[in-house]
Amino acid sequence: MTQHWIDIKNSNAILIMGSNAAEHHPISFKWVLRAKDMGAKVIHVDPKFSRTSARSDHHVPLRSGTDIAFLGGMLRYILEKNLYFKEYVTEYTNASFILGADYDFKDGLFSGYDPVTRVYDRKKWDFVKDENGVSKRDKTLKDPRCVFQVMKKHYDRYTLDLVSQVTGVSKKNLLLVYDTFGATGKPDRAGTMMYALGWTQHTVGTQNIRLAAMIQLLLGNIGVAGGGINALRGEPNVQGSTDHAVLWDILPGYIPAPLATQATLADYNKSIMPKTSDPMSINWKANQPKYAVSLFKGWFGEAATPANDYGYAWTPKVEPGEQYASMFMFDRLYKKQIKGAFILGHNPAQSMPNSHKIRKSLQNLDWLVMGEVHLTETTDFWRGPGVDPKKINTEVFLLPCCHRGEKDGTTTNSGRWIMWHHKGIEPMGQSKSMGQIEVEIFHAVRDLYKKDGGVFPEPILNLDLDRVYDAEKTARKINGWFTRDAEVNGRKFKKGDQVPSFAFLTDDGSTNSLCWIYTGSYPEAGKNLSKRRDHTQTPMQAKLGLFPNFSFAWPVNRRIIYNRASVDVNGKPFNPDLPVVLWDGSQWVGDVVDGGGPPMALKGGKYPFIMHTEGHAQLFGPGRVDGPLPEHYEPAETPLAKNPFGKQMSNPAIRWIASDMDKFAKNADPLYPIVLTTYSLTEHWCGGSDSRNTKVLLEAEPQQYIEMSHELAKEKGIKNGDVVEVESIRGKTQAVAMVTVRVVPFKIMGKTVHLVGMPFAFGWTTPGVGDATNRLTPTVGDPNTYIPEYKASLVNIRKAAKVTELER
Amino acid sequence: MSVSRRGFIKLLGAGTACLGLSRLGLDVRPALAYSTQMKTAGAKEVVSTCPYCSCGCNIIMFVKNGKFISSEGDPDYPVSEGSLCAKGAAFRALHINEHRIVKPLYRAPGATDWVEKDWGFMLSSIAKRMKDTRDRDFVTQNAKGQAVNRLDTVMHLGSALMDNEECAVTVQMLRALGVYQIDHQARV
Repeated sequence: MTQHWIDIKNSNAILIMGSNAAEHHPISFKWVLRAKDMGAKVIHVDPKFSRTSARSDHHVPLRSGTDIAFLGGMLRYILEKNLYFKEYVTEYTNASFILGADYDFKDGLFSGYDPVTRVYDRKKWDFVKDENGVSKRDKTLKDPRCVFQVMKKHYDRYTLDLVSQVTGVSKKNLLLVYDTFGATGKPDRAGTMMYALGWTQHTVGTQNIRLAAMIQLLLGNIGVAGGGINALRGEPNVQGSTDHAVLWDILPGYIPAPLATQATLADYNKSIMPKTSDPMSINWKANQPKYAVSLFKGWFGEAATPANDYGYAWTPKVEPGEQYASMFMFDRLYKKQIKGAFILGHNPAQSMPNSHKIRKSLQNLDWLVMGEVHLTETTDFWRGPGVDPKKINTEVFLLPCCHRGEKDGTTTNSGRWIMWHHKGIEPMGQSKSMGQIEVEIFHAVRDLYKKDGGVFPEPILNLDLDRVYDAEKTARKINGWFTRDAEVNGRKFKKGDQVPSFAFLTDDGSTNSLCWIYTGSYPEAGKNLSKRRDHTQTPMQAKLGLFPNFSFAWPVNRRIIYNRASVDVNGKPFNPDLPVVLWDGSQWVGDVVDGGGPPMALKGGKYPFIMHTEGHAQLFGPGRVDGPLPEHYEPAETPLAKNPFGKQMSNPAIRWIASDMDKFAKNADPLYPIVLTTYSLTEHWCGGSDSRNTKVLLEAEPQQYIEMSHELAKEKGIKNGDVVEVESIRGKTQAVAMVTVRVVPFKIMGKTVHLVGMPFAFGWTTPGVGDATNRLTPTVGDPNTYIPEYKASLVNIRKAAKVTELER
Repeated sequence: MSVSRRGFIKLLGAGTACLGLSRLGLDVRPALAYSTQMKTAGAKEVVSTCPYCSCGCNIIMFVKNGKFISSEGDPDYPVSEGSLCAKGAAFRALHINEHRIVKPLYRAPGATDWVEKDWGFMLSSIAKRMKDTRDRDFVTQNAKGQAVNRLDTVMHLGSALMDNEECAVTVQMLRALGVYQIDHQARV
């Protein structure tokens, strides 16, 4: 989230799209309703009517997978009706930047596309620079090659008529949303957008969110109170686990992972250190080498020295352009290129798409180490439905993990608050924390290397990792400390002092930190700010609902990021009633200001979007692999025969996975004419292994079901309560029919398209509840993130001839 | 004086505050008398966090003689103000649960069931598999002769269930072992 949960109350209009907040982030809805009580308009755009819709002013159903068409139409409308916030757009975004002669868009493709590699040459999207190397600008926004004009032309095709026909949303409903949300383009009005997996789980997921952010920038809704583009993070600590980079492509703190082409630390540092010639751009990422060196120092301790590049050579390097996200890992496993696996607190046999392939792949492992609280569809894959255990040669080690209340540590909420949870009871039985388990495995391996030697032992032998996992000490090290006496920014520190903020991290080995964005959370010995529970506020903060002394928010306890964009160039708040920060003539007051330095118009003033090299928010975003402007492409499986917006059917940058188990329905496939979308439930959590094993929750939501419209049910001869068979080209599942007005048929390009929805929480290890919905879904994902397209695939349904999966 | 909601309730226990509230027409004595009979009376209160969505609701665990007897939403958490959803309300049932795995379990190749093993067996066996695989498959150079120092044949999945500190040590040890095929629920 760019904001935090409580700030939602400050909104004048709330667009919930790609999320069912009331059911899946129930407590967030407290703040939605608080805003509504104060007069805010709440709109829910979602294929299915839910409890979120019931409490919103309007529910607007749309065909799953058409968010870009819907939002593209909104962007066009905002420009056409002059609803945008001109000062904000001109000063703070790249609307005025001039594009080079190479940029073009034709037939659904941007310039620079290579159809063989399916990769864009992104240099074709560069801005024109002046003699000093600074991007040229036209602040009148009239230049036909400026971003504003190019964007306007791009979305000119997104007319009400076409958007209505593609999304299935009536023109009346489109105008209702566009007018209601467009009204927040005034300086003293704020609109917020709340999204979740309903936006990310598409082959255009990243661009869904980018387009939403572009609209928020046009309306001046980023950085202000009650504004923002807010990912409602799922999973208990997915915010924190992403920050700490339990991922292949980044190191902790969102620093890109080293590549095979970067032989030395100097090569690597060069690649992570963007340059700007514009003195007003803070260009914060130029500091990344300090954070990387502090990380290596944290990993390898005394052994990390300037002579060995702080252990840079000891860290693995990946191939440039290669993909290692889960779906590619499992494809490698399916092709027998992977031999061993550690899977802790994760149930891919249930929660990853195309479950049949995942379950088959697991059989190829020589050994599997699992850490779990319950038996799951993954722990017991070797005796799953239709599997003969005698034929499965995988050796499985299942380690019992303890639960949250049985350990100390921190998690990070969606508003980036790092909060300590205290151990209440001892771990049940012989279970242990995942931290302790990982550390013990490592030390058991290290002991063997110490005893017997082995291949490339240096990183293992030199790792600075205690035998006993200590959450408090690890929290201190995540923050970082001085490894020797040092002077930084004119301040003197002693060896062992905690680093007060990331502005004091260095690239000379004098500091360590396991995740630079968390630096400041433990700024002094004995001062673990994640434990703070103080409600003290200034009157200005109280009005905002800002609690700066409760826990700690990364970065540097900033509660609303991009907050420099909430004021004009003189530091005066756009909305004087709800200032986030303001310049009082000599300093900033309110929230912790982004970046420091005086307001833009003053001497030494800085641009507000400090993480971008250019200092400006990117309406035109050349950093994404699939285009600088979001474009509507159909889902990988679509009920349409052609894309009404252009010749390119689906996202051109997708890397398709090829195997005999990766099958896709044809476009407008008559065998699979129905759109399937999947979702979670209030009472179950994701794949459901925790909640299905909690009696009260299973009682509340006991069995697999499928929601469908009365019209579809009638067409198929299905009655409410019948067991139906749902089939895609990849597999089948059974579910109880829930015939409901919550789902309606769509009129798409003149023909009726039906949509059905299914939860994915039910799996075979809980008897009688049904089995994985993901046996239906395809392995294909967004080319930026490779998050799978769970939200839109094609199926068919029929009344089941025989009930096999559900207890009746 | 700045007092949190929960602190305020506790203050009610002090005689003067009771008296003060009585003057306002509030008699809290029956409520206090009732509270001493509740099963949570005398229990230690420990603040934990809900292990589900990222609203991050704080939850108070009531612990008596080392036993987890009850849980409720924490009114001092400014986001939830004490509310919990169905899952958060089932926090205790999630912990005190007969389905939990409480001993290390081992499944040999071709076996039809789990057998219980001790931690020593598990760790030494896992370490041996990991070392054998790493020593056999570790790649110091790729086809272009570039130094890559990585292990292509082992992957690690999970987890967003881990605390920040657990994630930090996990990433540290994996990268040191040369394991880079790392992913978790951020991508589902």
